[in-house]
Amino acid sequence: MLTKRIIPCLDIKDGRTVKGVNFVQLRDAGDPVELAKAYSDEGADELVFLDITATVDKRKTLAELVTKVAKAINIPFTVGGGISTVEDVKVLLNAGADKISINSSAVKNPGVIDEMAREFGSQCIVVAIDTRDVDGTDYVHTHGGRKPTLLQTQAWAKEVADRGAGEILLTSMDHDGTKAGFANEITSEISSALSIPVIASGGAGNMAHFKDVFTFGKADAALAASIFHFKEVPIPELKSYLDQEGIVIRK
Amino acid sequence: MIEVGRQKIEAINFRLRSSFFRLQTMKIAVIKYNSGNVQSVLYALERLGAHPILTDDPNEIKSADRVIFPGQGEASTAMGYLKARGLDQVIRDIKQPFLGVCLGLQLLCEHSEENDTECLGIFPVKVKKFIPENSQEFKVPHVGWNDLENLKSNPLLKDLPENPFVYYVHSYYAELSDATIATTHYIHYFTAILNRDNYWAIQAHPEKSSEVGEKLLSNFLNI
Repeated sequence: MLTKRIIPCLDIKDGRTVKGVNFVQLRDAGDPVELAKAYSDEGADELVFLDITATVDKRKTLAELVTKVAKAINIPFTVGGGISTVEDVKVLLNAGADKISINSSAVKNPGVIDEMAREFGSQCIVVAIDTRDVDGTDYVHTHGGRKPTLLQTQAWAKEVADRGAGEILLTSMDHDGTKAGFANEITSEISSALSIPVIASGGAGNMAHFKDVFTFGKADAALAASIFHFKEVPIPELKSYLDQEGIVIRK
Repeated sequence: MIEVGRQKIEAINFRLRSSFFRLQTMKIAVIKYNSGNVQSVLYALERLGAHPILTDDPNEIKSADRVIFPGQGEASTAMGYLKARGLDQVIRDIKQPFLGVCLGLQLLCEHSEENDTECLGIFPVKVKKFIPENSQEFKVPHVGWNDLENLKSNPLLKDLPENPFVYYVHSYYAELSDATIATTHYIHYFTAILNRDNYWAIQAHPEKSSEVGEKLLSNFLNI
């Protein structure tokens, strides 16, 4: 049976992990390769690296990092942050990334999704959508959730799927950082409406939240950052909990 | 007793050293193809201590001890690429152990529904598109970790755990056949792994399948 996936997300700036991590066994908590290896050894099903480096010339560091990660780990990983052109994608895939994730650039120029999917195949194109509730309606936001757009989230999700996205990474900005649980309602709505997998993100605070997003939220995968980095929810424990709760996961 | 124990340890050490030496010196050709996962396959082989070469030169491929084709992408384009370089015939003539991965499995079959493509015909098997009965439950592509079932006794599957998980990304699958040595269930059972004579093929990505994938690759190198 196809399993639900558990995905830790690592924020990267200038080739280093940012946001604190609290992994005692790491020699260098800022080294993304070492952290990636630790997660892969713990049983993470996939990894996401989100590059928040501002300057263009420092993005070369990202491709170098991708190569180091690809050499070190034997599970799939996605790279996102600041990707806007087919050439950007080519560089990262050739460096060894399995998938890339685009966000603002897709909003700005939706045709780029078709272009990337045609060139590299849908399987490696993830479209990240940041959503926020505005007076009862869900709107797509950009710039880390600060800037609202006129796109309604459900309609945009359908459009990106039609244009050839292989997966949707759906982050609820209302839930992100709250540790009060994932946005199950909109995740379920989008996952049910589309025939591509949906990765839920934002709001994970405890193990039950993962069970909820897989059952009520109908998510195919769940992503989280700080609760994994600070070992509030260790991946091996999370997996054995989900297994006991009847969720199909990889042991 | 101690002497027997020491002899056993020495025998194990010798086997380890010789298998390491074999990997160091073995000529492994990875068929060059314009797709991202080729690099990942090279890295996975290097993690095992091997020194693969990436090539589309027929002579290099013919003279290798092991040949791996880690295809990805679309079937007719990939077949076109192989034909343009005469590699279709090279693959058909190969006598040494050959491993197709992902699209590499599908191209070893007879025919693929993906753009109605005639494939290499090593395995008398047809490749079809997943048609989900219920798009809420079954999405296409089949992406993620799924388990191998119905494992036959085969050198490629030696010492694997029971129902091991492997990583999949695909929209087309090979039907079940006499050459099927492991199955996976998604919507219905399909062929996870094929073997006939010196040809093996895996639909999943061993290079991304954690320890299980490493075991599959090292088993292939040790065939």
